[in-house]
Amino acid sequence: MANTPANRPLSPHLSIYRPQIVSISSILTRITGNALIISALLLVWWLLAAATGPDYYATVNGVLTSWFGDLVMALSALGLWYHFLAGLRHLYYDSGRGLDVPTAERLGWACVIGSVILTVITLIIV
Amino acid sequence: MAEFRLPKNSRITTGKTWPKPEGAGKLRQFDIYRWNPDDGKNPRVDTYFVDMDTCGPMILDALVKIKNEIDPTLTFRRSCREGICGSCAMNIDGINTLACIYGMDDVKTDVVKVYPLPHMEVVKDLIPDLTHFYAQHASIMPWLETKTNRPAKEWKQSIGDRKKLDGLYECVMCACCSTACPSYWWNSDRYLGPAALLHAYRWIIDSRDEATGERLDDLEDPFKLYRCHTIMNCAKTCPKGLNPAKAIAELKKMQVERLV
Repeated sequence: MANTPANRPLSPHLSIYRPQIVSISSILTRITGNALIISALLLVWWLLAAATGPDYYATVNGVLTSWFGDLVMALSALGLWYHFLAGLRHLYYDSGRGLDVPTAERLGWACVIGSVILTVITLIIV
Repeated sequence: MAEFRLPKNSRITTGKTWPKPEGAGKLRQFDIYRWNPDDGKNPRVDTYFVDMDTCGPMILDALVKIKNEIDPTLTFRRSCREGICGSCAMNIDGINTLACIYGMDDVKTDVVKVYPLPHMEVVKDLIPDLTHFYAQHASIMPWLETKTNRPAKEWKQSIGDRKKLDGLYECVMCACCSTACPSYWWNSDRYLGPAALLHAYRWIIDSRDEATGERLDDLEDPFKLYRCHTIMNCAKTCPKGLNPAKAIAELKKMQVERLV
């Protein structure tokens, strides 16, 4: 258009769109996936320490089994279970199934609740 | 790249609270996004009070009433008032829908919040610029492509093949789905979005169309089709109850199936 003003604003998006279980469960997949990179690096650090020598291993093991280390690992377990369940959901979606809205919403809740249950079970066993 | 914050010129400021109508019965508060291209100011949210006793049942009725009786400068698109033209698509109570078929009592909160369709350039108030959205629709060739000679009378289709188009042909191109899609928010320059892809699928599975291969070739692109991450906001918000996410999943399946 000839008289388009250059200063047109962008309409608000994230700040006004009501959170949907389908969108929240989707972005959680990405967040947990990225967070798990850090968890994986911590595990590698732990293994490297074990390969380096007993003194260094004792230090690293101390950090990772402190209350903070336990917290990080517990959250990592939660993230891993969530990412695992969301991955299964994606496989199911990619086969063209489960894509009606009520099923998709149930699957979203299943990932969230399922990951919490599986994490509690994991913590009890470990 | 995803830009989560609104640009400086787009941040919303506090607007005007318009006086309550005199002698009114039950009032309902409407918070409505306003932007005037002529005053050089940032967008704002104005507050209006509408008399529910003398207002029709739909959100569009309230918008028309505000325009007629309170503030004639309030600008929005509308036409058919029965959910068939797609003009009055906007963000109401946090979801994208058509103001004409969204009931006042569908809004569970006291205050009714009305914004333009999300992450679009605003022309004025509740009117987004749909130029790019329409261009994307045109890019998928939304017409019957044939190579064989034109039949004497018409292109025939079996009842079964015609049935495959149900749930697709009803789309009114209101843009609710595409502007509900976070992936479209961040990548609309290259990702076609749910609406255009639903139309692409509608022509690809049409038994009369003879450009299926070319159509699939065109979509075999890292962005055009595959920025769909099955978020499902599109299907959740479609005011016509259609399912673009399902259509896109079928497109992805077809891409795989023709390779194996």
